[in-house]
Amino acid sequence: MGGNLKFVQGNEACVEGALYAGLDFFAGYPITPSTEIAELLASRLPKTGAKFIQMEDEIASICALIGASLTGCKVMTATSGPGFSLIQEGLGYAIMAEIPCVIVNVQRGGPSTGIPTRVHQGDVNQARWGTHGDHAIVALTASNHQDVFAMTVEAFNIAETYRTPVVLLFDEVIGHMRERLVLPEHGEIAMVERLKTSVKEGVDYHPYLPREDGRLPMSDFGGVHRYNVTGLYHDMWGFPSDDSDVVDGLLRHLMDKIENQAAHFPKYREFYTEDADCLFISYGSAARSARHVVERRRRLGERFGLLELQTLWPFPHDIVKEKTAGARYIVVVEMNTGQICQSVRLAVSRPERVFLANRIDGVLITPTDIQRVIRLIYGKGF
Amino acid sequence: MQRSRFVFSGSGGQGVITAAIILAEAAVLHENLNAVQTQVYGAEARGGSTRSDVIISDSEIFFPKVTQPNVLVCLTQESYNKFSRILRPGGLLITDTRYVRTSRTVDAVQKQLPMYESALDKIGNPIVFNICMLGAVTELSKVVKLESLRKILEERVPPAFLEMNRRALDIGAELARKSEA
Amino acid sequence: MPVKDYIRERFFPHIWCSGCGHGTVLNVLIRVIERLGLNKSDIVIVSGIGCSSRIAGYLDFHTMHTLHGRALAFATGIKLNRPELNVIVPMGDGDALAIGGNHFIHAARRNIDITAIVMNNRIYGMTGGQYSPLSGYGIFASTAPYSSVDQSFDVAELAAAAGATFVARSTTYHVNEAAQMIQKAILHKGFSVVEIMSQCPTYFGRKNRQGDAVDMLKYMRDTTTPIGSGAKGQNPELIERGVFVNKELPEYCSAYDEVIRHAMEGR
Repeated sequence: MGGNLKFVQGNEACVEGALYAGLDFFAGYPITPSTEIAELLASRLPKTGAKFIQMEDEIASICALIGASLTGCKVMTATSGPGFSLIQEGLGYAIMAEIPCVIVNVQRGGPSTGIPTRVHQGDVNQARWGTHGDHAIVALTASNHQDVFAMTVEAFNIAETYRTPVVLLFDEVIGHMRERLVLPEHGEIAMVERLKTSVKEGVDYHPYLPREDGRLPMSDFGGVHRYNVTGLYHDMWGFPSDDSDVVDGLLRHLMDKIENQAAHFPKYREFYTEDADCLFISYGSAARSARHVVERRRRLGERFGLLELQTLWPFPHDIVKEKTAGARYIVVVEMNTGQICQSVRLAVSRPERVFLANRIDGVLITPTDIQRVIRLIYGKGF
Repeated sequence: MQRSRFVFSGSGGQGVITAAIILAEAAVLHENLNAVQTQVYGAEARGGSTRSDVIISDSEIFFPKVTQPNVLVCLTQESYNKFSRILRPGGLLITDTRYVRTSRTVDAVQKQLPMYESALDKIGNPIVFNICMLGAVTELSKVVKLESLRKILEERVPPAFLEMNRRALDIGAELARKSEA
Repeated sequence: MPVKDYIRERFFPHIWCSGCGHGTVLNVLIRVIERLGLNKSDIVIVSGIGCSSRIAGYLDFHTMHTLHGRALAFATGIKLNRPELNVIVPMGDGDALAIGGNHFIHAARRNIDITAIVMNNRIYGMTGGQYSPLSGYGIFASTAPYSSVDQSFDVAELAAAAGATFVARSTTYHVNEAAQMIQKAILHKGFSVVEIMSQCPTYFGRKNRQGDAVDMLKYMRDTTTPIGSGAKGQNPELIERGVFVNKELPEYCSAYDEVIRHAMEGR
């Protein structure tokens, strides 16, 4: 594999994924622990004629992304908690105006400035509900660098397919940790390119009239079709409307295009789930600790398993329900006060079986921390 | 192979993290092993205590942090005081004679090496202190080959400084060999 | 081309009150674009939120109605990736200089080739007549019932200090002059700011006893004067109109093309 083998930080794996996916434009603002992504792209992008800009804040960054996306670019920004809070405004705009873009959040401890150099997974629900109003969102995560790469490519594919912002929720441990990454050859991972309209010049183009399959073919700003884009509820021309049918129809479309497609894109990994008596559900760096425990327990002949979520939103309700059906105990391992645990409890048949193994002090949850919870569940013998 | 767990500790600016990265990178790129490297970040880039963990293994590595290292490197008194107790019994402790006075006997192979002084005396530049340390660690731990580290140095170090780094690596390895004799 | 070829008739009548100055700005902008013979598909209008921002939807160009204060940030993403397009950003005073103040000064500092038109009616019209950063001391507004104690910005001075390489001011009374200013601004390579003082008879005029739209237009005629005129010497209170700054500095998109050249050469 030679030149394709690298030893890199998770943030660099994300950069490699974005470049592989054909990133054309990055706008961002420095913030720990995501800054390496901006630094690397400032160097790499112009080498291919693509563009990087450091904006005056994260609000401006997401806005510049949306503008650039409308000109036909594949776009991405990267940030962490406080910046992600500022991004919510533009994120809502991208949802409403259906603009493909990728937003990386390398999570650190919050609320507020919190603990910038330490790990937390506290932005899971912010990714879902951070921007105001009813809406759907896609958020992906990963626990190792090969998957950081793959999920970054996937994020671009989903963004382009569904004309939606996609959030990549990494965390400080994944962002800063170094491990192996094998760069796939070009063509090895399928790429979704933007669906462009086939409507000819001079013929009426309706930018917001979905095709039968729900997709909206785009026309680049600067192209032959001149249309309006707005964050207001709008009709098929993109012109503001407060007609109740238009409002109802658009919100349903925005929800349905993601939620109805949920079955098409949940990504997850599973280890020994078939016969697990105790099933861990985890994601991001916490999933590494959970996997560690599972492998050790399996070597002792004990029936532990792991369902590692990679799609966090839309929540893979059906997958969780299916995989937990046979387990006596379900332990959600995460570094917050139970954000995914909440969703798991809603998905499983008997929520009293669901336990939380967590850590919220800025330190990666350890196998020992998880063992402690297992001992509480199973009793002293463990 | 045995899974090897390293903790490199010292103060910011000593190059502790760089040394850890080079070791782990050599394992992955030139020895077809798995390695993960993590570090504890503080707000300061210079001064303050730093710690970097490396795990090297021929199988997949999940939990990436080191709780009980086989090999512990302490380049300051503060880091020695803080971390010496986490060393796995029977492990290897490497300290620098200029910066660290070891106080208690631990169940470990203790190597107090004049790495800083040697780098200063023989090369005249303490900037390669960390590479000198890496030479000693590599020679004593025998997890990766010195040759693999040399290849990483060639890839990472600007040509003008390469010879200096190569020599530092050899000096460290030599100190280690002498200490074994 | 007739004026109506530049507008989206489907979306008229517009939402502006009778007597509002914003329609005059729309008219002036169309006349300038017609005079310059610009291709409609080469023009992008990016606006924010407020009465002024609705100008975007009425124009048959590539139009984007964005978030309050953020239009220049959106426009930056468009311009940097399609530098050949003419990007024009009409903004209200609150939009440009309160919530959007940071984006305004940074767009000016970068000297990116965007034309910013600040339609300054000194009030938030769409939300019902609250004071803006350009209302100034002693002005009555729905949130300043006892009169405002906030000092105002001078848009031209602020833009110049922030690094805009073309800065001008006119009013909706001086339509030919306003057209000249906007024309120069569009042709200028770099960040250009044109402040157009505009009347809001519905809120500003009513709350400050300035009369109807005609009275307000006359007021702008009487309280402004061309830069360097003798009248200014006699009455320092007069607001100057004209071109304050017109200079050349490296334009952002061109400068970034140099970055790309260096990067590709491996420097």
